[in-house]
Amino acid sequence: MLTKLLSGDTPRSSLLTVILLIVLVCLAFAPFLFPGTKSLETAARICIFIVLVASYDLLLGYAGIVSFAHTMFFGIGAYGTALALSATGPSYVSLAWGTLAGAVLAAVFALAIGLFSLRVKAIFFAMVTLAVASAFAVLVSQMSWLTGGEDGLNYKIPRELTPAFKLVEEKVLDVRINGKLLAYYLVFFASAFLFLVMLRIVNSPFGRTLKAVRDNAFRAEAIGYRVVWYRTTATVLSAVMAALAGSLLAVWLRYTGPATTLSMEIMIDILLMVVIGGMGTLYGAVLGATLFILAQTYLQNLMGIASEATSAVPFLSTLVAPERWLLWLGVLFVLSVYFFPSGIVGRLRAGRA
Amino acid sequence: MTKEHPILETRDLTIRFGGHVAVDHVSCSFDRGTLTAIVGPNGAGKTTYFNLISGQLSATSGSVWLNGEAITRLSVPERTDRGIGRAFQLTNLFPTLSVRENVRLVAQAKARKGFDLFSIAESHVELLERADHVLSEVRLIDQAEQLVSALPHGDQRKLEVALLIALGPQVLMFDEPTAGMSVDEVPVILELIQKLKADMDRTILLVEHKMDVIRTLADRIIVLHNGALVADGEPAEVIALPIVQEAYLGKAPAEPAEVA
Repeated sequence: MLTKLLSGDTPRSSLLTVILLIVLVCLAFAPFLFPGTKSLETAARICIFIVLVASYDLLLGYAGIVSFAHTMFFGIGAYGTALALSATGPSYVSLAWGTLAGAVLAAVFALAIGLFSLRVKAIFFAMVTLAVASAFAVLVSQMSWLTGGEDGLNYKIPRELTPAFKLVEEKVLDVRINGKLLAYYLVFFASAFLFLVMLRIVNSPFGRTLKAVRDNAFRAEAIGYRVVWYRTTATVLSAVMAALAGSLLAVWLRYTGPATTLSMEIMIDILLMVVIGGMGTLYGAVLGATLFILAQTYLQNLMGIASEATSAVPFLSTLVAPERWLLWLGVLFVLSVYFFPSGIVGRLRAGRA
Repeated sequence: MTKEHPILETRDLTIRFGGHVAVDHVSCSFDRGTLTAIVGPNGAGKTTYFNLISGQLSATSGSVWLNGEAITRLSVPERTDRGIGRAFQLTNLFPTLSVRENVRLVAQAKARKGFDLFSIAESHVELLERADHVLSEVRLIDQAEQLVSALPHGDQRKLEVALLIALGPQVLMFDEPTAGMSVDEVPVILELIQKLKADMDRTILLVEHKMDVIRTLADRIIVLHNGALVADGEPAEVIALPIVQEAYLGKAPAEPAEVA
């Protein structure tokens, strides 16, 4: 039953299994284990990024396609939901049609880009996605009458998902059971569901074919696979998943803007998370996203503590000053790629043998 | 209808690369159930001729016919669907996947299950069984779990042939299947090709340098030289021709053909 849920793709390493279970338990009970707004924000962000990074890995790790338009699809989903909620009011109907419209638009864009440019060399596809994504980001910031421009959109979501809504008057385990909690569990379960769907896709005959296409497209054609169709379908699926992740973010933040969805910085973060976790394995997305976002959120605090503790040592305390956290994030990334060229998951699985 | 047509035919098939004519008006037909060896010195256009038939290259002029249907304009996978299968001269596999997965992918392509998105690949037991069956035939079953990249060269050659067998096309094209194999591995491949030939439905085209292999297997030999078809006939008479003697028995001062 469990194996079937995981589509037969078990972690295949006891240490990896343990780590994944810890992540799952922490995310599932985050509101109770780590009370506080910041930690809940972080947990929701991790859930959403697991989906986003996994959908990128579907493209990069499984199909071997390099795309720079992933944040565009993420943004399309977020703006779809955001615009629907602004235009037709904070109802579940708006939520549903906005999400659907975002996913459909993402699929159409991906199909067009795919059919237009996947026939030719991989580098050309990468350049086209970069161009389209940049153009889209400019378009969104210019069309401020619709998108709010650089300021983005603030909107209301259905009342049951806001802190104002109280499910139970008393606190349970010292935690308020309010709409924010419901919103978190919406994000959590939707992310888990989307992750399992992707896990199924990569272990389906289609997913196996993608790996063959990645390995040797020439031979894949010679045994009868239409490589362009497979690549295009992978692009579309990955775009739809990214758009759905974007919709989750839009609901969670109650705000959608270029900085939270479309920026090149996020694109690079996604790339780093895939590589750190391990390409070609969706579990890598879980570890990559979790570690990266934890580091992004808490490294500064951690360094603040370290800096104070070492304030007596002159050079060291400057080195670990909180404002240098990006430097250390970079160092961590270089080290992880150096020591785990196949990602954390690749390393853990290899260690088993 | 199939009676009237040879299974495979090329008419004036030509490809030019700039000023160089790699395959020059080759017209030739192949009958069902025959094994034709294609010989010629290095650079004669044998592999290019194969590429034109299986579609990796498109002809400058001329046409390719399969069962009386022109397939000249079709893509590689379309030709594969219609029954043309190819094993490559340079080993051309899926290196990061296991040996079994390589063959399973072929079985999956043949069963047209590639676009199945929501079932678990491993649950299609018949594809795995088919893969294992073919792997036992080429005696690779003990290596089924290994990654292809970790496989010795000889075994990769066997797997190359295994993929073609798993595809089970009407026309099988082997491009030097025994190249680089150790002496004791060659008979395994020869035996397999003979077995395929015995099955009357299969038409085999074989590019091969080893004369003893050709003598054992071929019903007919065609000779390509500078892209043109220069000889076509029974093995004994073709082997006796001066041009073949030159290319294969080292009578000419030019580089000797493979001695191995």
